[in-house]
Amino acid sequence: MSDEKKLPRIEIIEKYCKGCHICVEFCPTKVLEMKGFVASVKDLEKCIKCMQCELRCPDFAIKVHAE
Amino acid sequence: MAFDYEKYIRPGKLPHIWCPGCGHGIVMKGLIRAMDSLNLVKEETAIVSGIGCASRLPGYIDCCTLHTAHGRAAAFATGVKLAKPEMNVILVGGDGDGTAIGGNHFIHACRRNINMTYIIMNNYIYGMTGGQFSPATPTGHKASTTPYGNPDPNFDIAKLAIGAGASFVARGTAFHANQIDKLIAEAIQHKGFSVVEILDDCPTTYGRRNKYKSVIEMMNRLKEVAVPVKAAEKMTAEQLEGKILTGVLHKVERPEYCEEYAKVIERAGGAK
Repeated sequence: MSDEKKLPRIEIIEKYCKGCHICVEFCPTKVLEMKGFVASVKDLEKCIKCMQCELRCPDFAIKVHAE
Repeated sequence: MAFDYEKYIRPGKLPHIWCPGCGHGIVMKGLIRAMDSLNLVKEETAIVSGIGCASRLPGYIDCCTLHTAHGRAAAFATGVKLAKPEMNVILVGGDGDGTAIGGNHFIHACRRNINMTYIIMNNYIYGMTGGQFSPATPTGHKASTTPYGNPDPNFDIAKLAIGAGASFVARGTAFHANQIDKLIAEAIQHKGFSVVEILDDCPTTYGRRNKYKSVIEMMNRLKEVAVPVKAAEKMTAEQLEGKILTGVLHKVERPEYCEEYAKVIERAGGAK
């Protein structure tokens, strides 16, 4: 991992996730994917910290920790 | 930095009961962000609701809350506001609760212009009781009680509120999540009865009966039909066909009910 780009930490609370696909579909860079019934991070390198997943998740299940 | 929603959620209440993809969670997050942006004190904020999916919202938020009889949120909230005019009173509910069972209370709260904010989550259906059609179900659309299509014309809730006398009326959608908190915050700051209609999705009882393949399709439909008021000014009548205006639709200054009532008490020689 390069030091130039500071990657955010995407926290997914699996207990809250109901698998509605909203975060996966509305992520502009396709960082997330469904793993079984819950969302999970596929490619963190692509994250542009737009916070769309955190904003749109109806279940309070995603938090994007970025500085 | 991640927004700290937990600050406003009662401990141990999540996950909530709403179905996968239901927009009520998105609206609740918008309301929490609005409360946070206005620094509302929990002890001085009351959230009042009736019955229904949307009306489950106060159970999750950590402030003064009141879960009342079906459709009667406006009546109970009027009592709260008149007894404690210094409180911020926010009503939440759905389209069936607000415009059918509580239609009477809703129009009279609008007419009185009492300083409260009513957030109506319009998902076009009675979700909790099994998908019966509501006054907001569009004509021709299917519900469990209208399997061959709804023959009734539907209410335009925002226009109904304007007609009944609400002094602030705005409309947003669950797709435009970023706008929800701004509309709610503006509504709370407005002095008088403010109505915020949020077009929502009910994938479980409305979506599957009306041939929506997924939550995403329902969200994209909200994106397609919504036109901001300012953009609509430059559009022709044909271009606006089938579109729904969003943003602040109506804002006027009118005498507020609590203040007018205080004057009546004074005229009658009542106690200070």
